[in-house]
Amino acid sequence: MKIWDVRTVLGWTVGLLAAATIALGAQAQEPIKLGVFLSATGGAAFLGDPEKKTIELYVEKINADGGLLGRQVQLTIYDDGTKAKEALTFVKRLIDQDKVDLIIGGTTTGNTMAVINEVEQAGLPFISLAGASVIIDPVKKWVFKTPHTDRLAVQKIFTDMKARGLTKIGLLAGSGGFDKSCAGNARALMESEGVEILADETHGAGDTDMTPQLTKIKNTEGVQAFLYCGFGAPTSIVAKNYKQLGITIPHYQTHGSASVRFIKGADGAAEGVRLPAAALLVVDSLPDSHPQKAIASAYKAAYEDGYKEPISTFGGHAYDALFLAAEAIKRAGSLDKEAVRSEIEKTNGFIGVDGIFTMSPDDHLGLDNDSFVMVEVHDGGWKLQE
Amino acid sequence: MRALLAPRTGGLLALAIVIALLPAVLPNNFYFNVAILVGLNAIVCVGLNLLIGYAGQISLGHAGFFGLGAYASALLTGSYGWPSLAALVVGAAAVGALAFLLARPILKLKGHYLAMGTLGMGVIISIVLNQEAGLTGGPDGMPVPAFEVWGWTAYGERTWYWIVGGTLLVTTWLALNLIESPIGRALRAIHGSEIAAEVIGVKTERFKTLVFVISAVLASVGGSMFAHYSGFITPSEAEFFHSIAFVTMVVLGGMASIFGSILGAAILTVLPQFLAVLHDYETLVLGAVMMSVMIFLPKGLLPSLAELLRRRSL
Amino acid sequence: MSSQFLQFLISGITVGATYALVGLGFSIVYNSSQVINFAQGEFVMIGGMATVFLMAAGAPMPLAIALAVLLAVVIGFALGKFAIEPARGAPVVSIIIITIGASIFLRGAAMLVWDRNLHHMPAFSGSDPIDIGGAALLPQSVWVVGGMVIIVAALQVFFSHARIGKAMLATAFNPLAAQLVGISTRGMLLLSFALAAGIGAIAGILIAPITLTYAGVGIMLGLKGFSAAIVGGLGNPMGAVAGGLVVGIAEAMTAGYISSAYKDAVAFLIILAVLLIRPSGLFGRRESERV
Repeated sequence: MKIWDVRTVLGWTVGLLAAATIALGAQAQEPIKLGVFLSATGGAAFLGDPEKKTIELYVEKINADGGLLGRQVQLTIYDDGTKAKEALTFVKRLIDQDKVDLIIGGTTTGNTMAVINEVEQAGLPFISLAGASVIIDPVKKWVFKTPHTDRLAVQKIFTDMKARGLTKIGLLAGSGGFDKSCAGNARALMESEGVEILADETHGAGDTDMTPQLTKIKNTEGVQAFLYCGFGAPTSIVAKNYKQLGITIPHYQTHGSASVRFIKGADGAAEGVRLPAAALLVVDSLPDSHPQKAIASAYKAAYEDGYKEPISTFGGHAYDALFLAAEAIKRAGSLDKEAVRSEIEKTNGFIGVDGIFTMSPDDHLGLDNDSFVMVEVHDGGWKLQE
Repeated sequence: MRALLAPRTGGLLALAIVIALLPAVLPNNFYFNVAILVGLNAIVCVGLNLLIGYAGQISLGHAGFFGLGAYASALLTGSYGWPSLAALVVGAAAVGALAFLLARPILKLKGHYLAMGTLGMGVIISIVLNQEAGLTGGPDGMPVPAFEVWGWTAYGERTWYWIVGGTLLVTTWLALNLIESPIGRALRAIHGSEIAAEVIGVKTERFKTLVFVISAVLASVGGSMFAHYSGFITPSEAEFFHSIAFVTMVVLGGMASIFGSILGAAILTVLPQFLAVLHDYETLVLGAVMMSVMIFLPKGLLPSLAELLRRRSL
Repeated sequence: MSSQFLQFLISGITVGATYALVGLGFSIVYNSSQVINFAQGEFVMIGGMATVFLMAAGAPMPLAIALAVLLAVVIGFALGKFAIEPARGAPVVSIIIITIGASIFLRGAAMLVWDRNLHHMPAFSGSDPIDIGGAALLPQSVWVVGGMVIIVAALQVFFSHARIGKAMLATAFNPLAAQLVGISTRGMLLLSFALAAGIGAIAGILIAPITLTYAGVGIMLGLKGFSAAIVGGLGNPMGAVAGGLVVGIAEAMTAGYISSAYKDAVAFLIILAVLLIRPSGLFGRRESERV
C-alpha cells in the first residue's frame, strides 16, 4: 500500500495541477495567492486542524462563487507541526517561493511570534490566529489577529469569579507562549481586579501528569478557585487530574480549551469547568437578536455539514481571518500590499464569528470583551452562563 | 601542479567550484535559503564525522552544542549588546570548554552506553534551554539580531550564502589537513582498536578529547551562524531529533568521508523540502529512506558510489 | 504533608511501572541481538492507538486489546525480519539509525492509517479515585502496576522453565555456544523483537487511560524506557524493572518537591550519574573489548 499510495497521490496531484492550469488558462487574470501556515499536527493540532478545514472549505466556496475581484483564490497551505522553526521556514517559503499576496496562520502564539520579523521585513499583510496579547501589543505594522486576547479572557474570568465571591485563586500554566502570556496577564491584572494568586505553578511542554502541581494547589490554604492557562492536549489532562485528586473548588480555563476535544479527552472530568469563549460555541442558545447569531449559525451549519464533526472556536478564528482579508481586498480593489493592509486596518463593524471587529492604527484586533461569553461544560456540551 | 591533483586538493577545488557556480542556477531566495541550511549542516557534519567516522565515537547529543552556540550568540548580542563576532567566538570557546570537561567521563563509555551518555547530555541541554524561559524565551524561542562586523550588517540570503560557503570551504580544508596529519593516523588507530592503539603508545584519551572538542566547537559555530542568519531560534535546535539528523547525515554520506558528510547534509536538508508538498507522507518517507539506505548501503552513499565506480573501471 | 508524599509516590510508581515495561523490551531485544531498538517506544503507541481505533470500530475492549497486542507482535517480528536481520554486522551507529528510522516510519504510518489527534481510552474499571491516607489512587494505576508485576513474573517463569525461554537466555550469554548446541540464534532474534513489541503494546494499553494516546506518545516514553534499561544495566531484564521504578519515583519527587520544570531532566541526570560511577549500569555485566 505504501509506494502505490504515494504514486496514486502524485498522479492525482499532477492531474489536478494540469486541470487547474487549464482552468486558470481560461481565466484572464492571475489568481490571488493566499498563503497559510497552520499547526494541523503536533501539540496544537486540535486548534490547527479545524482552522485548516475551515480555510479549505471557504476558499472553495469563494472560488465557486466567482472568486475575489473576479479572480480565483489560489491556496497554499503548510503544516508547521506546532514547531516555531518549521513555521519560520514555511513563511520564508510562502514569501520567496510561492510569492503569496497575503498570509493567514500561526495557530500558536509561539509560531506567530517566530515569523513576525520575517513578515514585517517582507512587508505583506499577515493575520494571526493565535491568542496572546503580545502579538498586537505593541502594534506591528503588518500584523493583525482575530482571536480574543488572553488579557480579555483573564479579565472576563476574574469578573466572573468576583461575581461568585471567589478572590483567592491557584494558577497553573504551561510553558507555551499563550500559557506564559496568559499567566503574566493574570499576575498583572491581579491587583487592579482585586484577585489574589496564592499558588502559582507551571508544567512543561508535553507533560502527561499534572498531579504534583495540582496536589500543591490543593494543599494551599485558602484557595477558592483554580485557573488553568493553556491550550491543546494538556487542558484535558488538567481536568482529569483535577477530578482524580478530588478537588472541588471552581475550575476555570481559557478560550484555549474551547473545543469538544477538550471535553472528550477529559473523559467526563471536564463537567463544571468554566471558560470564556466566542458566542459561536453556544450559538443555538443565543437569542435571535444577538449580532453573531446569523453568521455563526451559518458557519456552524456549513462546517458540520462539510466535515461531520462539531465546530470549535478555532475554526471560527480562521473564518474571521479569511473574510476580514476578503473584505479588505474587495475594498482595496487590488492586491497592492499596502492598500490591502491599510484596508484591514480600517475594518469597521465587520461582523465575524468571534465578534464585531473595529480596527484602528492602535488596535490590530478590534474586539472587546462584550463578544465573549462565559460557558460551562454541562452534560458533555457547552452551556451559556448568564 | 601535482598537489592540485591530489585527491583532497582536487575534492576541495571541486567543492569551491560548486559553491562558486551554484548561485547562477538558484532561481530565488527560497533556494538560497535551502543552500545556506545545507552549508550550515555540512559544517557541523564535517566536524561530527571526525568524531564518528575517524575516531569511532558515537554522539547522539551534538545538537546540544549547536543549540548552545545559537543561544550564546542570541543572548550575548541580543540581551547584552555584544559585537556579533565576539559573541560567536566566546560562545564557541565556552562550548569547547564544556566539551573538554565532559569528554573525559563521557568518552570512557563504549558502544550503547556512550550513545546513551551523549544522548542524555544533549537532552539535558535542550531541557535547560526550554525551561529557562526568562533567559531563552522557553519553547517559543527568541529573536536574534543581525550579524554585524565593524558597522557592516550581514543581511539577506545572498550575503549569507557566501559567508556560509566560505566557512564550509575553510572547515573542509582544516578537516582534510587534520586527517592527513599524525593526529589523523592516531585517530584511525583508535577506531580500529582502542586497546591496540594504546599498546603501541597512542594517547587515546587525549586524541578522543581533542576531536570531541573540535566537533563541538564546529557545531557551536554552525549554531551561531544559523541563529544570526535565521533571526529566530527555538530550543528545538538542541533537541534529540536534531542530533539524530546530524548523525544520519554523517552516516548516510559515508563515515570517514569528509565529502560524504557534505553530500549527506545536502540530501537530508533538501529532501524534507520536497516532502513538505506531500506532507501526509513526509514522516513515513523520511523514516523509510533512513532505514533503507542503512540496510542497503551500510557504508554510506559516497563510499558505496566510489566502490561502484572503481569496480566499473576495473 | 505525608499524604502529599504518598500522592507523589503513587504517581511515581505508576509512571515508573510503564518505564519498566518499556525498559524490559529494550533489555530483551538487547540480550538476543546486541541491538538497541529505538523503535521500542512506538510499540507503546501502537498498543494504545490500535485499541482505541478497534474499539471505535465496535470491537469490545478485551478483543480490541488482544488484537492490538497481536498487531504489535506482528510488526515487531517484521521489524526484526526486514530491517534488523539484513543489517546484522553493520556498525552500532548504523543499527541505531535503522531503528530510529523505523520509529519515524512507524509514527508516520500511524498518522496515516489512524490520525494525528489525541485519543482517550476509558479506564478499565472506572475512574473514581480510591482514598489512601489522604492521597488519591486511581483504579487504573492499580492495573498498570499489577500488569507490570504479572508480566515480570511470567517472564521469570518463561526464562527459567520454558525450553524456548532458556534458549533465549543461552543466546544472550554466549551466542556462539548457543548456536553450537543447536539453538537458532536468528529465530531468537525475531522472537525477542516480537516479545518486546508485545510487552510494549501492553504497557501502552495500560497507561493510555491515564495519559491519553496519540501518534507521538512513544518518543519520550521510548527514551525514558531506554534510560531505565541503562540504569539497570543493559541486558538485565530485572535491572530494567528496578531502573524504571527508580526513574519514575525520582521524577515524581522532583516534580513535587523541587520543580516540575526539570522533571524530564531527572531521568537523564540519573543516567549520567550512574554511568560515571559504573560505566555499565547498576546491575550490568562489564563489557571487555576483544583485540
